[in-house]
Amino acid sequence: MSHAGGYSAASHLRWQECLPWVMGVAAFFLLPEYLSLGARILVFILFALSLDLILGYAGIITLGHSAFFGVGAYVAGILGAKLGIGDPLLQLAAAAVAAGLLGLLTGAVILRTTGLTLLMLTLAITSLCLEIANKATHLTGGADGLSGIVVDPILGLFRFDLFGKTAYLYVLLVLFIGWFLVRRLIYSPFGASLTGMRENTARMHAVGAPVYGRLVLVYGFSALLAGVAGALLMQTNQFVGLNFLGFESSGELLVMLILGGVGRIYGAFVGPVVYLIAQDQLAKAYPEYWYLGIGVMLVLVVLFARGGVLALFDRLLHKLRRGAT
Amino acid sequence: MSTAALETSALCKRFGALTVAEDIHFRLEPGARHALIGPNGAGKTTFVNMLTGRLAPSSGRILLGGEDVTRMSQRERVRRGLGRTFQINTLFRSLSALDNVALAVAERLNVAPRLFRSAASQRMVVEQSLAVLEQLALADDAQQRVADLPYGKQRLVEIAIALGMQPKVLLLDEPAAGVPSMETHRILDVLDKLPSEIAILIIEHDMDLVFRFARRITVLTQGAVLTEGTPAEISADQRVKQVYLGEGS
Repeated sequence: MSHAGGYSAASHLRWQECLPWVMGVAAFFLLPEYLSLGARILVFILFALSLDLILGYAGIITLGHSAFFGVGAYVAGILGAKLGIGDPLLQLAAAAVAAGLLGLLTGAVILRTTGLTLLMLTLAITSLCLEIANKATHLTGGADGLSGIVVDPILGLFRFDLFGKTAYLYVLLVLFIGWFLVRRLIYSPFGASLTGMRENTARMHAVGAPVYGRLVLVYGFSALLAGVAGALLMQTNQFVGLNFLGFESSGELLVMLILGGVGRIYGAFVGPVVYLIAQDQLAKAYPEYWYLGIGVMLVLVVLFARGGVLALFDRLLHKLRRGAT
Repeated sequence: MSTAALETSALCKRFGALTVAEDIHFRLEPGARHALIGPNGAGKTTFVNMLTGRLAPSSGRILLGGEDVTRMSQRERVRRGLGRTFQINTLFRSLSALDNVALAVAERLNVAPRLFRSAASQRMVVEQSLAVLEQLALADDAQQRVADLPYGKQRLVEIAIALGMQPKVLLLDEPAAGVPSMETHRILDVLDKLPSEIAILIIEHDMDLVFRFARRITVLTQGAVLTEGTPAEISADQRVKQVYLGEGS
C-alpha cells in the first residue's frame, strides 16, 4: 500500500488507513501525560505531509519548507500578540493565506529552475525570511522570539488548557482535514499529473501538460498547509522563535520524512512519530548526545530500509505472505 | 495544392557560427508515411526539436495544418495535434503502462486539472488508454511498472503515449532504436497498423525499416536537405549512396 495514486490505483479507503486516527484518539485517553508531545508530533505530521506532497509526489526538491511553517507561525503570532486578534481559527486562516501566497509568489520565481539551482533558491528564500524576522524586532521580537501571544478559546468555547487536552484534539482535527485534502489530491487526475512531472518532466511537456503552472499551484497549496502547521505549533506553545524559520528545521523535517518513507502519504505519519519520540527519549537519557542517536537511526534507515520504515514494513509483510503460501 | 499537415519554409538554426539547420523546406502531406534519414550529425534531431517547439529556430516558419506555430509553445502545438516519440525512452518509469498512456489521454481530454474526483474513476481516460494498449498488444502489461517491462515493450509504450494524444501529425524519433534487429519487425507491425489518417514522419537509421514503411523519403546532410523522393528514387540516387556508404565509393 504505497499510495502512488494514478489511473490504475483503487482510491477507496483501506482499513489500515484508519489506524493513525484510532491510535491518535487512543493516545488521548491512554497517555494523558504526553499530550503536549503528542500535539507536537501531530503538527509535524501535517508539516511532513505538506513536504511529501511536493517532494514525494511532484518531485520538487526543497530545503526551504520551514519558510512557510515560520511565516504561518509568525503571522498567527503577530495577530495574537500585536493586533489583539486572538481567535484561533482566524489566526489559522490568516496563516494559511499568508503562507499560501508566499508559496505561490516564490514558487512562480524559483520553479522555473530545477535540481541544485532550485535547492539553493529554496535555501535563499528561507534565509531571507529568517533575516527579516531577525531584524523586524518590533513585530517579531527578533532573536528573543515572540511571546505574550493571546490565543482565545476555540469558537469561544474550548480554552487551551494547561494539560494540552484542547490543543491535542484541535491539532488532531486540523490534521485530519489536511490529510483528507492531501489524500484526495494525490488520487485525483491532478495528483497523477504531479507524479508524471516527478517521473519525467520532458515527457509531460511533450504530452502538452502545463508543467510550470501545475508545479506553482501545488507548491502554493503545500506552503499553505505548512503555514497552518506552523500556526498550530505557535498556538499550542503560545510562542514563536527564529528556530521555526531556520533551515535546520527544514532539514529536520526532511529527516523525518525520509525516516518514514517519501511519496507514500503515511511515511509522513510514521516519520515524525519515530523521530520526535526518539528525540524525547534520547534527550532524557543522554541530554548531550541525543543527536548522535538520531544520526545512527538515519544511517540505518538509509542503509537497510530504503524507502523508510514503511517500506521496511511492506517488505516484511511481503515475506510473511510468501512464507505462508 | 492542399494544405500540408506540417510544413516548414526556410527553416534555419544557428548556434553562433555553427549552422545545424540550413534553409529547410519540407512538406508532410496529410496521411503521409514519410521518412527523414541522414548520417549521424546531419541535424535530424535538431529539426524534430524545432518542429515540436523544444528549440526555437533562428529564422524560417513552421506551419501545422496551415497555421503558423513557429512561436508557439510545445503545449500549444500538442493541442493542435502534434505528437512525438523519443529516440531515448522518455517514459514515466515507475508508473504502470496504463498510467503512462493515461497521463497523455488525460491532457487531451482536459481531465488532468481536476482536483477532487479520483483518477481511477475517470472512465473515459481509463477506457481510451486501455484501447491504445490493446491496439499495441500491450493490454496484458497494463498494470506492469514500465521499468519492469522488457526493452522492446518499453519502446512500444513510447509509441502508446503518443497515440494517447490522438495526434494528427506524429513524429517518430527512431522508434526501433536499441531494439535487436530480430525484433524490429514487431515495431514495424505496430507502425503498419497506425491509423492511416495520421501523418507520420519517421526519423530512422534502420534502412530496412525505412524502405518498408515510408512512401517518401527526405535525406538530410549537414543540416540541409540533400534530396527528397520515393524509396525507389532514393535508393537509386548516387549522392545518397555516397553519403551513406562513405565518400570514397
